Amino acid sequence: MTNHWRDIQHADLILVNGANPAEAHPVGFRWMMRAQRERGAKMIHTDPRFTRTSAVADMHVRIRVGTDVAYFGGLINYVLSNNLYHQEYVEWATNAGFVVSPDYAFDNGMFNGFDEETGAYDTTAWAYETDADGIAKVDIDHPRSVLNLMRQHYSRYTPEMVERITGIPRDQFLEVAKLVGQMGTPDKVMTIVYAVGLTHHTTGVQLIRSGAVLQLLLGNMGRPGGGMNAERGHANIQGNTDHAISWEILPGYLRIPAPGQRDLVDYVDESAPKRSRPNAYNYFGDGYRRFMVSLLKTWYGDTATKDNEYAFNYIPKPAENSSWISIYDSALKGNMEGVMLSGMTATSIGPDSNQVLQALSNLKWLCVMDPFATTSSEFWRAPGMNPSDVQTEVFVLPATHWIEKDGSFVNSGRWSQWKDQVIQPEGEAMHDHWILAELFSRVRALYEKQGGKFPDPIRNLTMDYADPVKPSLDELAQEINGRDLTTGKRLESFGDLLDDGTTTAGDWIYTGHYPESGNLTKRRDGVQDPEKNDPTGMGLYSNWAWSWPVNRRVLYNRASADPQGRPWDPERPGIVWDADQGLWVGDVPDYPDDEPPGPDATLPFIMTGEGTGRIFSNGVADGPFPEHYEPVESPVDNPLHPDVSATPAAYRYDEQAGRPNRFGTSDEFPYVATSYRLTEHEHYVTQNVEKLTQLQPEAFVEVPADLAVDKGIETGDHVRVSSKRGKLEVRAVVTKRLGALEIDGKKVYQIGIPIHWGFVGINTGQHWLANALTPFVGDASSRTPEFKAFLVNIEKM
Amino acid sequence: MEEISRRRFLGVGAAGTGVVGASVLGFDTARAAEVSQVLRIEGASVARSVCPYCAVGCSLLAYTKQTDGDHVELLQIEGDPDSPVNEGTLCPKGASSLELAMSRRRVPSPLYREPGADEWQQVSWDFALDRLAANIKASRDRTFVAQDADGNVVNRCEGIAFAGGAAFSSEEGYFATKVMRGMGLVYLEQQARV
Repeated sequence: MTNHWRDIQHADLILVNGANPAEAHPVGFRWMMRAQRERGAKMIHTDPRFTRTSAVADMHVRIRVGTDVAYFGGLINYVLSNNLYHQEYVEWATNAGFVVSPDYAFDNGMFNGFDEETGAYDTTAWAYETDADGIAKVDIDHPRSVLNLMRQHYSRYTPEMVERITGIPRDQFLEVAKLVGQMGTPDKVMTIVYAVGLTHHTTGVQLIRSGAVLQLLLGNMGRPGGGMNAERGHANIQGNTDHAISWEILPGYLRIPAPGQRDLVDYVDESAPKRSRPNAYNYFGDGYRRFMVSLLKTWYGDTATKDNEYAFNYIPKPAENSSWISIYDSALKGNMEGVMLSGMTATSIGPDSNQVLQALSNLKWLCVMDPFATTSSEFWRAPGMNPSDVQTEVFVLPATHWIEKDGSFVNSGRWSQWKDQVIQPEGEAMHDHWILAELFSRVRALYEKQGGKFPDPIRNLTMDYADPVKPSLDELAQEINGRDLTTGKRLESFGDLLDDGTTTAGDWIYTGHYPESGNLTKRRDGVQDPEKNDPTGMGLYSNWAWSWPVNRRVLYNRASADPQGRPWDPERPGIVWDADQGLWVGDVPDYPDDEPPGPDATLPFIMTGEGTGRIFSNGVADGPFPEHYEPVESPVDNPLHPDVSATPAAYRYDEQAGRPNRFGTSDEFPYVATSYRLTEHEHYVTQNVEKLTQLQPEAFVEVPADLAVDKGIETGDHVRVSSKRGKLEVRAVVTKRLGALEIDGKKVYQIGIPIHWGFVGINTGQHWLANALTPFVGDASSRTPEFKAFLVNIEKM
Repeated sequence: MEEISRRRFLGVGAAGTGVVGASVLGFDTARAAEVSQVLRIEGASVARSVCPYCAVGCSLLAYTKQTDGDHVELLQIEGDPDSPVNEGTLCPKGASSLELAMSRRRVPSPLYREPGADEWQQVSWDFALDRLAANIKASRDRTFVAQDADGNVVNRCEGIAFAGGAAFSSEEGYFATKVMRGMGLVYLEQQARV
């Protein structure tokens, strides 16, 4: 989230897309309802299903899955063509005025720079027109300004086109557009709330970006009650993204080094943002080397010296994408030998669970660290598998629960909240980090004894904990925060980090969470005393826990005030320039705290090279402007460009590996399917919780009422839902919550599939895996699978 | 023990008849609920936790009591009324998180399945950790690439993947990243993408 849960109460208009917060994030949803009830905010729920969120929304807009770029594109077009955007904000705080290189082109669904051989774009082909120093030309009236190219790009997204693609009747769309169009004035603010309904697509990154572009146009980024707000689905998915359990990054969103980068100079040159305006701060770009050197000093201690580039070559450089699907793709190719899974079950998650089962069978060994048996630990005896054929050696290591250990969880709003160890580990269960420390210690001993391939990083990794096989989470929190190695003191801010090897920080965005005064994530100045704990009345509760970076509660908050430093809306200030004190006051400023406003002042988005929000961006793999592409499996050709229907940059793993295609077509699989969660379950772990399995005991699919009539299906009937890749045989729930859509003259039905069941859990009769149906394909940028839009057939059994 | 039995009886009674009330049980359930509440956490210690399910980050109060010896019994989990996130409220998952914490379905000890076997063997931690460490070293040595075909120093292990951590404490996640990168892993993943 750019903002945080409690902040949503400040919104005037709430667009909920690809999310069902009333059921999936019920307690977070209270802040949307509070905005609605106390501010009179309107809520628009745009979703294929009518859910409990729709039930309390002011409008439910039924949309075909995977078409939200067309919806947001239509809203962008409406805002631009009616001049409803926030002009002063857009000209000051976005790159709308930047002039784009004459090489830029978009024709019939293709941007410039595509390489047919690799199936990927050269993203450097999407550039600004710059001088020799890389400073971009700015002229908002130029025919190739971002604003004018954007007008041209989205002019195709008329209400008629939106209707053809999304199935939203144009009158209803215009009703939404009218409300959204009112949000570009300083006294109004809109928020966009989304979840995996937007991300789980081959166009997932562009779906989010299209919302962000709309928010920039309306001047809603950086403002209380505004922003782009991802509702994350797991307790600490945020913290562990920040700390980079992710192939492409190191802690704090530093990029993993790439082959060919010989030293830190090459690394920073290819990874850090570049300043493209003279008064852009470019804080991230400027700090990149300091953050990286401090990380290397943390990990490699005295071994990391100036002479060896602070052990830069100890960090592995991946050859290619090494994300989730790539792991199983590599196993299918016979290259992957061993997989360790912790609290994550490949079999259930998929995509294409049957293919994942094959991948697990190809491994030499599999280790599952979990409190419970999972569909991965038990994969070798999954229905349809013959254990004697599975030559994988399998380990289950009983791990502790959240309540058996301390440490912090970071919520969607970036609030890092410390929790106590409440009870002792059950039985023989061991903490995950102790298991890893034990394993590492034993691997290190083997290298010491036997030698082996490049043992240096293993021998020299710092393990200077009181007990190296039992590091405490408090010790690790201090390590993450970092120290001044000269004084030995913990640092207050990442501004103190240096690139000369005299500072450490395990994750620079967390520097300051544990200064000498103590662990700030333990702070608990809460709502019992609002006058003391929430002095601005904006619900920041700045002394409750700690949020990254530097306890800032709303990101990009310099843009909450106008260029003169006055809040756009005095009723809802983010930060305000206090001329008497010579300081920004309110939230922790996302800006130099004592730099006065003025015509030549530092631009508001201090983290980007542009100094602005990016409407046009080459940070994505499939186009500088979001464009609507069909899901890889779709019932229709793309009405905008039928010849380039799905995105050409999606990564089709099977095809790239030379395996047979596993995609279906609409003649064989005529219905669109989408997967989702229920209130009573969380992914797969709750199959072990008795109360919750009593509340939602059995797998089912939701079938639109009209389709059910055609197929003779009644609620409670057993049905077979099949895709090109697999099938489910479960009960049907016939419902009006899923209606038919008219897509480009064709009637399209959508079928809903809750994901929570498998062959492990209290109710083992429910052994069908929803992700047996989903396709093995990834988004061009993120390689996120297309869990939310694929083709199936349904038959009564 | 009597005390505990009475508390449990009243606790179940109050929870099961909260809506239908006195007509079913024949006594004042509101009073029963009050008594049960007082008894349940009487003399207990309170600890702070955070809900283990979604990422709203609802604060929890966890009540425990020390029983025989060092054993700590978890009595109750409820929303923390002081939290700016949830102000004391919880959803069905958070409200039943005690059942996750106290599950009887836990894996009792390290388990090992030999290639081709059709059942688990219970093994010691030392056995499991030593064998896994040997596997890790062997796979790393077999699949380690120090220089790629273009002569670039890459120092990567291509044959091992680590995935998980959405329920780790942050500090555990950081440690996982550190150790895995330290061993040269490039296949590193967690729940955010899927």
